[in-house]
Amino acid sequence: MTPPGSLLEARTLHKSYGPTPALDGADFTIHPGEVVAVMGPSGSGKSTLLHCLAGIIRPDSGTVRYGEHNLTTMNDARRSALRRSDFGFVFQFGQLVPELTCVENVALPLRLAGAKRAAAEARSLEWMERLEVAEIGAKRPGEVSGGQGQRIAVARALAGAPRVIFADEPTGALDSLNGERVMALLTEAARDTNAAVVLVTHEARVAAYSDREIVVRDGVAREMAGTV
Amino acid sequence: MSIGHTLLGLLESGPRHGYDLKRAFDEHFGHDRPLHYGQVYSTMSRLLKHGLVEVDGVEAGAGPERKRYAITDAGVTDVAQWLARPEKPEPYLQSTLYTKVVLALLTGRNAAELLDTQRTEHLRLMRGLTERKRGGDLADQLICDHALFHLEADLRWLELTAARLDRLAEAVRT
Ligand SMILES: Nc1ncnc2c1ncn2[C@@H]1O[C@H](COP(=O)(O)OP(=O)(O)OP(=O)(O)O)[C@@H](O)[C@H]1O
Ligand SMILES: [Mg+2]
Repeated sequence: MTPPGSLLEARTLHKSYGPTPALDGADFTIHPGEVVAVMGPSGSGKSTLLHCLAGIIRPDSGTVRYGEHNLTTMNDARRSALRRSDFGFVFQFGQLVPELTCVENVALPLRLAGAKRAAAEARSLEWMERLEVAEIGAKRPGEVSGGQGQRIAVARALAGAPRVIFADEPTGALDSLNGERVMALLTEAARDTNAAVVLVTHEARVAAYSDREIVVRDGVAREMAGTV
Repeated sequence: MSIGHTLLGLLESGPRHGYDLKRAFDEHFGHDRPLHYGQVYSTMSRLLKHGLVEVDGVEAGAGPERKRYAITDAGVTDVAQWLARPEKPEPYLQSTLYTKVVLALLTGRNAAELLDTQRTEHLRLMRGLTERKRGGDLADQLICDHALFHLEADLRWLELTAARLDRLAEAVRT
């Protein structure tokens, strides 16, 4: 079990691709409602850390606990079911399904979780309204701007009412005005639903939307003194 | 920039005469503004008074430049505290930050950690401005953005410096 109040916990995580370690020590705890920025130079292991925390890859050693679950020992099927029900994801590019309309994209995780089409799309539209992109619901991803597409991706991550949102450079492809708007909307929504956000970014103005930061250098993740 | 701390830091590698301190300072930090001898001696007499340095020997002949200074334990602690304490983010910080990084490298301290601590301090200020922006009107937002862009520029410099620490360490030690 994780200590009371903690949601996601990393203990001595290590992961190597071949001889060189990509992640060489990560120990920290993330609480509900917390927005944590993961910063550090390119190639330092930020995405590797995020993928371990989200149960997308398994670390070579160490443990990731999410609530009462141990993601490291859980089998693949249960892990992907948990990812679908409890986690939301936003990446830098290419995450929307091009054949589906925007509203169908947002509704996709809900449909996969078994929701009926009408209910899933109604709920999706609420999130799209909140992210100021409801009017493009019928368009396909190829017909919307980068900023709109990213808002759709955020709406999709939020629609499933996740407990943790994992975002890897979510504003990397956006100009600063759009990037900040997406960050403001994402962190507001996370606050309102008490979801935690793990946000990988190299941009300080994006990290300024977090409550504290974890710095990764040469695979070693360090928690910096927070303001929370 | 704190000349006192800088001269103290230069004494950590061993006692030096006043003229030698000036030369070392100019070499590392005096690109645009070499130190005057007068500054060296007024600074050293202040450091002596506070017990951060002591006179380690006097060469034959007269004149203040003949005094050899050594750092005291209190002096070492003072340098360590100065290096570990992040600077209040403000414009034109680069010369102080640059000095701290070079001194940390010269004295074998952890310069990467110094940069990380400074980043945390900058981010703390940026979070406050971002929060103010969320609740503020357009004027507030524009004012906060101006400050945020400047702080971001400092942080970019911190990142680049962190990425070049190995090269900088080599350069300052030769
Ligand atoms: N699938 C993989 N196979 C082999 N090596 C990998 C793989 N994924 C990552 N690596 C290596 O692991 C290290 C850490 O990579 P990671 O993607 O976590 O860095 P990052 O901090 O996210 O960088 P960036 O800011 O550029 O996205 C790098 O040296 C990278 O080359
Ligand atoms: Mg990455």
